[in-house]
Amino acid sequence: MSINQQIITIALVVIGTMITRFLPFVVFRSSRPTPRYITYLGRVLPGAVFGMLVIYCLKNVSVLTGSHGIPELISICVVVALHLWKKQMLISIAGGTVCYMLLVQLVF
Amino acid sequence: MKNQKLAALKAAFPNTIPIMTGFLFLGMTYGVYMRACGFSFLYPFFMSMTIFAGSMEFVACNMLLGAFDPVGAFLMTLMINARHLFYGISMLDKYKGTGLKKIYMIFGLCDETFSINCTAKIPDRIDRGWFMFFVTLLNQIYWVVGTTLGALFGSRLAFSTEELDFVMTAMFVVIFIEQWQKDKKHISEFAGLALSLICLLIFGPDDFILPSMLALLAALTFLRAPIERGGEI
Repeated sequence: MSINQQIITIALVVIGTMITRFLPFVVFRSSRPTPRYITYLGRVLPGAVFGMLVIYCLKNVSVLTGSHGIPELISICVVVALHLWKKQMLISIAGGTVCYMLLVQLVF
Repeated sequence: MKNQKLAALKAAFPNTIPIMTGFLFLGMTYGVYMRACGFSFLYPFFMSMTIFAGSMEFVACNMLLGAFDPVGAFLMTLMINARHLFYGISMLDKYKGTGLKKIYMIFGLCDETFSINCTAKIPDRIDRGWFMFFVTLLNQIYWVVGTTLGALFGSRLAFSTEELDFVMTAMFVVIFIEQWQKDKKHISEFAGLALSLICLLIFGPDDFILPSMLALLAALTFLRAPIERGGEI
């Protein structure tokens, strides 16, 4: 690929990404009232999307081979337990990550 | 006015600490990867400045190594990043009335920025617009610094950063719990986990996001009446 072709490719990736980010804001301008269906989606989508993102983070975990996803499962339980107990985002994340690193390096 | 911005920056920063850790390490991985594929450090630097979508930048690296296919690159980008449409719809109200900085906030609406801006409890005395602006800006700074450092010095570092990726997983789990506690009914949370998992099993790790989004859209549309009953969601 020539340097110009590389620049065109990167530019198209930038434009594609920007379309996905700007489209909702352009279609539903603040000057006009947002349709009720879209307002509804705006309220229910975050819960569904965060569920999807959790799965997305774990997409390459193999349950059948390697460590069978056990370190991930244990560490996620630690994150949930810490968060329900202390309600401190940083403690939950740090605790879960340290647990994961220890499990991967020392146990599995 | 200056104090107002400074206060917003101070309030925003602690919320971005997990992302700082995650982005510095993931960004460094990306920088090392780009260099290993034979690109100058300028590539990851400019791509992180302009694309600012982690997984997309890894894919873009592969595109640059392949044959020139502009239409394919464009369509592939739309598919991989289609989830941003959901973020935009969810942030329509929150980003309303934030002035010109809204343009930058939309430009920088990546997974992590969306998660923080969507769930953070912003104190009343803090300007919401500036708070969300600084979350966006700080996150992009972490990512650009991470990729550039990785590209410049990555090959000299001999430690494994792989396990630190779990910071991101842990963060999304925490954000999921926060959202769970905010909602009265948990239909959308269950749907998000279950439908994405089913789609992952059917379509595999590389192609499950788009089917998941369609399935979620269909499920949430179909369940609108029961979910909206009683007013609470």
